[in-house]
Amino acid sequence: MGKIIDLLNARNILVSDGAWGTFIHQKGLQPDACPESWNLERPGAIYEIALSYVEAGADLILTNSFGGNPFKLMPYGLDGRVYEINRAASEISRRAAGDSVLVLGSVGPTGKMLMMGEVTEEELFNGFTEQIRGLCDGGADAILIETMSDLEEARVAVRAAKQVAKLEVICTFTFTLTPAKEYRTMMGISPVEAVEMLIAEGADIVGANCGNGTAGMIEIVKEIRSVYTNIPVLVHANAGLPVLIDGITVFPETPEEMAPQMRDLVKAGADIVGGCCGTTPEHIRRIVEMVK
Amino acid sequence: MNQEELLNRLTTCVEKGKADRATPIPPEMKDMEGASELTVQLLNAGTSPEDILNRALIPGMKRIGDQYSRGTAFVPHLLLSARAMNQAIVHLKPYFDSGEIESKGIFIIGTVKGDLHDIGKNLVKAIVGGSGWEVVDLGTDVSSDRFIRALEENPGASVGLSALLTTTMVNMEQIVKDIRARFTGVKILVGGAPLTEAFCKKIGADYFTLDPQQAAIYLDTTKQL
Repeated sequence: MGKIIDLLNARNILVSDGAWGTFIHQKGLQPDACPESWNLERPGAIYEIALSYVEAGADLILTNSFGGNPFKLMPYGLDGRVYEINRAASEISRRAAGDSVLVLGSVGPTGKMLMMGEVTEEELFNGFTEQIRGLCDGGADAILIETMSDLEEARVAVRAAKQVAKLEVICTFTFTLTPAKEYRTMMGISPVEAVEMLIAEGADIVGANCGNGTAGMIEIVKEIRSVYTNIPVLVHANAGLPVLIDGITVFPETPEEMAPQMRDLVKAGADIVGGCCGTTPEHIRRIVEMVK
Repeated sequence: MNQEELLNRLTTCVEKGKADRATPIPPEMKDMEGASELTVQLLNAGTSPEDILNRALIPGMKRIGDQYSRGTAFVPHLLLSARAMNQAIVHLKPYFDSGEIESKGIFIIGTVKGDLHDIGKNLVKAIVGGSGWEVVDLGTDVSSDRFIRALEENPGASVGLSALLTTTMVNMEQIVKDIRARFTGVKILVGGAPLTEAFCKKIGADYFTLDPQQAAIYLDTTKQL
């Protein structure tokens, strides 16, 4: 068994952290700047974000490496520093995590489409490998491949993670409700199709993140659990669906509104719960109180 | 095969993303002629470029666009259809150049400054282009200056602004303002996951949609005015 599953067995339900991207912008990152560059330039600010989630009571925290693949770093001229940036990301979260909290090395999509020939499978594999090597060497306890929509890209990422790391591999997809009232990724993949592939590739934990508030996530977990009863499921939900207030998009669910729904999410079969867009340390604090 | 049958098959090729004989999808059309070969056959048989465009290519894109709107087709299907259409358009290019066939007009599109996400922009480009508009794609991270330069080069064009991030969609407001300060009557469309109708109104854009097909339909209405 790996560290995450062991911890899950010991604690029954795990709570991970909340949003990073919006948090970094609040700390002054300009909209056209690269969030991951702060692992090198403003490590103190990144450490504060990580620490705020540890202090909120999270069992797991992520790393500031969502866009840390060479394809996303290239427009910023940082594609030559993939290893360094990801290693720093893990080191910062590792330092904030201390002994009792585990670190999930975050790996997001490349934005390149395999099926359109924008990138080859080998280029994808090498890019993910370099990123994941940095995350591992920086002290990540597991790899979290997240916000995936394409089955093939996710498959390549899981394979890269399995090959580089002797760590547990978690992979989550982003599903939204289509006009046909079905949950699908933007590439048309259903939750059950995604989990089927992930289990075949040896992912240790599967799930969903972003795209939905908790209510939608409950439906998605039920779909997964109707077919797969044993695989641990991780869910990072948004703080509701975005609404516009005074010209600014906000995620409307307060910690008080979001946390109680987490009970139903756990009841539906989620094992690890946390937040995505719009969630804060206060959301995580409430969720910890609610599900523990 | 008569002309009607060829046109129907070309429509199906665009709908299914069968660009040419070598395209492996859809499986049931393996090794069959694709959009490229059928377009050449139709031209050789004397079918007018206009009929090929209006009776086969545009209807094929409309079918896949409608399926996308209904949630029964997804991003890959749309992009593959656009590729099939583009392979056909290559053979029609001389007729566009000579003026024998005309596009509906010019649509300038870009992802706004600070934002590098291009999938949504590419979907709109595919569907609007597929409905008979000439699309000028400025790519991602596009500043006011570049939109303005493109409008100077293409008088009378409409403009589409895309953004995926809440942190970058705010840049749309300045771009709309800059365009309005230089040009009158430019139709500005905005789209992207975090946007809303209210945001569109607030920043003074003309039309908001999350559905590429609706963007094409809106542009067609501006042309009829």
